[in-house]
Amino acid sequence: MLETRKGARVRVLEAGSEGGRPVVFLHGVAGLLDEHRFLELLGERYHVLAPELPGYGDSTGEELLEDMLDFSLHGWDVIDALGLGGSRPAMIGHSIGGMIAAEMACLAPSALDRLVLVGALGLWLDAHPVPDLFSFLPFEFGDVLFEDPERGAALLTGGLDFSDDAALREFFVGNARRLGTAGKILFPVPNRRVSKRLYRATVDTRLIWGESDRVVPPAHAERWAELLPCASVARIAGAGHMVPYEQPEALAAEVSAFLG
Amino acid sequence: MKFTWFNLMPWPHLPDDFREKHRSVWVDIPNTLYDPVLGHAVYHTYMDQLEYAEALGFDGIGVNEHHQNGYGLMPSPNIIAAGLARRTSRAAICVIGNSIALYNPPIRVAEEFAMLDVISGGRLVAGFPVGTAMDTNFCYGQIPALTRDKYREAHDLIRRAWAADEPFVFDGKYNQLRWVNCWPKPIQKPHPPIYIPGGGSVETWDFCLDHDYNYSYLSFGGYRAGKMLLDAYWERAAALGKDDSPYRAAFAQIVAVADTDADAEKLYAEHILYFYNRCLRVYPGFNDPPGYRTIRTIREGTLTLLRRENQQLFQNVTWKDLVERGMVIAGSPETVRQRMEELIKTLRVGHVFCILHNGNQPDEKTRHSTRLFAERVMPKLRGLWPEWEGDDRWWIHPIEDRYRPSETAGVPQ
Repeated sequence: MLETRKGARVRVLEAGSEGGRPVVFLHGVAGLLDEHRFLELLGERYHVLAPELPGYGDSTGEELLEDMLDFSLHGWDVIDALGLGGSRPAMIGHSIGGMIAAEMACLAPSALDRLVLVGALGLWLDAHPVPDLFSFLPFEFGDVLFEDPERGAALLTGGLDFSDDAALREFFVGNARRLGTAGKILFPVPNRRVSKRLYRATVDTRLIWGESDRVVPPAHAERWAELLPCASVARIAGAGHMVPYEQPEALAAEVSAFLG
Repeated sequence: MKFTWFNLMPWPHLPDDFREKHRSVWVDIPNTLYDPVLGHAVYHTYMDQLEYAEALGFDGIGVNEHHQNGYGLMPSPNIIAAGLARRTSRAAICVIGNSIALYNPPIRVAEEFAMLDVISGGRLVAGFPVGTAMDTNFCYGQIPALTRDKYREAHDLIRRAWAADEPFVFDGKYNQLRWVNCWPKPIQKPHPPIYIPGGGSVETWDFCLDHDYNYSYLSFGGYRAGKMLLDAYWERAAALGKDDSPYRAAFAQIVAVADTDADAEKLYAEHILYFYNRCLRVYPGFNDPPGYRTIRTIREGTLTLLRRENQQLFQNVTWKDLVERGMVIAGSPETVRQRMEELIKTLRVGHVFCILHNGNQPDEKTRHSTRLFAERVMPKLRGLWPEWEGDDRWWIHPIEDRYRPSETAGVPQ
């Protein structure tokens, strides 16, 4: 458990060896699930660090984060606390993590080696709306986040049986904490105007989208590419919004090819 | 005892297949189901009923705020209250209330409530609800996890605005105002009675008790289900060293009075079932977005609605269920008197918000039920709290010398 200077307590998953090139992974709106195949694959080449957002899992201090600037500075506080010895990390942001990573890049573009955004939230396109995640019932998340809803539901809940009251309650409480926190930058419309700041994010960027993403429709990738100074787009077949969990091998290969 | 005649103002023209065709009466209900020409008659009928309730001797008449729904047609209850302030002269005008986290800046509420208090001659009861998640978060876009914080700030601003005799600076997190200077100010000093409609959170109870506000439990679960909650409230009041005046609490109850118990079912069942089956059909995902309730409240709450198989709340609810579970108090004047007495004593409440118009109940039935209640039930319940007689800390204090425009307006001089 790592503590930031502001006082948030953050769980960090780690893969690969300490001497490797640092790669920071910012998780998506559903949090760090129990399966870590994607991180392990990346760990074969890099030193992977995946900090958990306060309000998710065991990580606390969500009351310290109220607006987009708080979330972005928290991201940099975590990087500071990771103690990377001055080396510039590459950053991968998925979903809400992509939104935070993009804002962090706007604040300090030269502090990042490369940037990868996977199904990033943060833009609003009237023709390609993001669904209202906050009105979903627990049993509906699997349907929308994953290309394969059944496998998705199992991954999301770690195989919990919702017919069991205690399991349902735990999931619901966890969901209220996670999305309650995420809502501060996603509710009611997941757009905190990063679009007007993206000109600053001069870091080399790869945009990677699941071909059947139903949370952030694939058309968003093109809009990000237009707004970012140096970005290119890749697509991954057989994946919805949860690319790191649906196609870990393909995503790891795509990321490795970009990072070198 | 004080009795307030409350009108939720439901839309009475929802189609018979509403449940089958639509998932929610709130937020995403098609607004093609609203017909403004029919709405003209609906508003006037409902306002007439509120005025009628004053004429029959109810202590208060009540309205509230909801948005984008067919359950309650008052996005701005203050507009209705303004009409009532001109057409009535005695009853408390209970606006329960304005969702203060929604007003930007909330000084608007301080001003409008002050206007209502001044126009009515000091008859305003001011309600400050957090607001349902449907209204506050989904319709009005407030961030769920910050709603309560914003609510508390709005409350502080309004109270200071009413109290201050000089302009002041308000440097809030959600509101920054260089000049706060409330014109007009309310007649009632230091402020109109404040009511907080709430559910079952300890935080709300403490807020009410710390400020000596009335705690109003408004639900459609009936008084038997409400007992556990009110018991816990009174325990909390004792723990904080407050007296147990029943006037600290209010309860809302659906009521229907007829000449006999059998007549009550015959006259009102279909309309009350309309209310439960159509007007309360809220998609559960709109009820409770993550962050709206505290984690503690969720831990103690019910799970029923979260299951895929339980999405048809009240679908097969029957008149018998509603009456037996106390969700509805209905019957002859004597039956209603007995059950109202049970309600008042078991919950220990000094105020009841009587919901005597329900769903698509026609005007003549509403007046019939209202008249029977006023004439044959209410008088027998008046003196249930003799030891607290005269405790008017949570009631209006109008000025004696008030205009009565309903009697003089339009009369040539």
